[in-house]
Amino acid sequence: MSLRLHNIRLPLAGFTLEIDATLDRPIAGIFGPSGAGKTSLLDLIAGLRRPVAGAVQLDDRVLFDAALSLHVPPRLRRIGYVPQDLALFPHLNVRANLVYGYRLPVTENDLFALEHVVEVMEIAQLLDRNVTTLSGGEQQRVAFARAILSAPRLLLLDEPMSSLDSRLKTRLIPFLQRIRDEFFIPLIYVTHDARELAALCDEVLVLENGRLVERGLPAEVLV
Amino acid sequence: MTAEAWQIVFFTIEVSAFSTLLILPLGIAVAWLIARRDWPGKAVVETLVMLPLFVPPVATGLVLLMLFGRHGPLGSVLQHGFGLEIVFTWRAVVLACAVMSFPLLVRTAQAAFQGVSSRFEDIARTLGASEWRVFGTISLPLAMRGIVAGAVLAFARAMGEFGATAVVAGMIPRKTMTISLSIYQNIQLGHDAAALPLLFVSIGVVFVTVLCGQIISMRNRPR
Repeated sequence: MSLRLHNIRLPLAGFTLEIDATLDRPIAGIFGPSGAGKTSLLDLIAGLRRPVAGAVQLDDRVLFDAALSLHVPPRLRRIGYVPQDLALFPHLNVRANLVYGYRLPVTENDLFALEHVVEVMEIAQLLDRNVTTLSGGEQQRVAFARAILSAPRLLLLDEPMSSLDSRLKTRLIPFLQRIRDEFFIPLIYVTHDARELAALCDEVLVLENGRLVERGLPAEVLV
Repeated sequence: MTAEAWQIVFFTIEVSAFSTLLILPLGIAVAWLIARRDWPGKAVVETLVMLPLFVPPVATGLVLLMLFGRHGPLGSVLQHGFGLEIVFTWRAVVLACAVMSFPLLVRTAQAAFQGVSSRFEDIARTLGASEWRVFGTISLPLAMRGIVAGAVLAFARAMGEFGATAVVAGMIPRKTMTISLSIYQNIQLGHDAAALPLLFVSIGVVFVTVLCGQIISMRNRPR
């Protein structure tokens, strides 16, 4: 995976998000204080916000180019997104949430077959439950599974474990590693928890006031 | 109650239900457009929609009379193009009820759409949903309680409509006479006793309608 963010400019309240970087590691962590522009960065990668300048390219496909007035809508980007509040659809049960973005033809050995994803995420017993009755950890796994089932080329995770206690976080980290190892989906993982980054990420980018101020291996950056 | 009184009751219920069904698609569309989109002239349209709430109902009736009369710009088109006569027919009662109850439907549905987190819609888009699918499977179901409440309010308002109906439809027995018009006419003629059964029936119908609306809204509440 290679995500190119070329001279991106997005005005936000109080500062402008300005990014010029290429992300090409399987799990890239975005680290920074609240209000640094992390969620806005994910939003523009997903196509939910439009920068005023710059270009976004995922592998060989240009997703946005301000100079060419090119904007690929979110539904055509195949970029999964798990937001901080997970946004599980409260009027649908777990199964209906999971299949909402299911768009690949199912074959016998399909990596993204519903049964396989459900098994890997260990949510088979939850399928007929209403999402509002799930525990925090169960909701996380359902949100991950829903995003995986849309077979994304890149998955954006915006502090998905921020509301969980550290014991539950420790239990969920292997599930995130499975997304990389079993489904080969590259991740961009936003958090302000250094321990999560150290446990998960191959590379860490530090964002402050809309600018990348540092990047490197977790061990180098998180000292 | 006399047979004539029952005819008036059923006629009023019919035109109120018909006018509510008639404004429902347009009301939902306008409410969604106001709640979710920015477009030129939005403030003007929003104000126009709300006008019947604040303009005296007889004035609204007069405007409708001028527009839909035989020589009015819309009335002449409907008369000559489609053979439809509006004023002083049951259609004028439906028209007056629709115009007077439209703002209540739009206002309530608009608040319902605004109450739906746009994050649900965003995530649906990243899962591959088109704008129509987002509307049909996320926005509309999640706003359904408010839309039902708005439809109930619109129906109840139509049941009690008087001023605009009197001007544009008149008080023609067995043709345009509604409960409100009949109560007024009976009082004018000093037949207060004849007005009482209609009064109680109208209160009963509106009470049952609002109660049903409350029950439906509670059932649609995400658990």
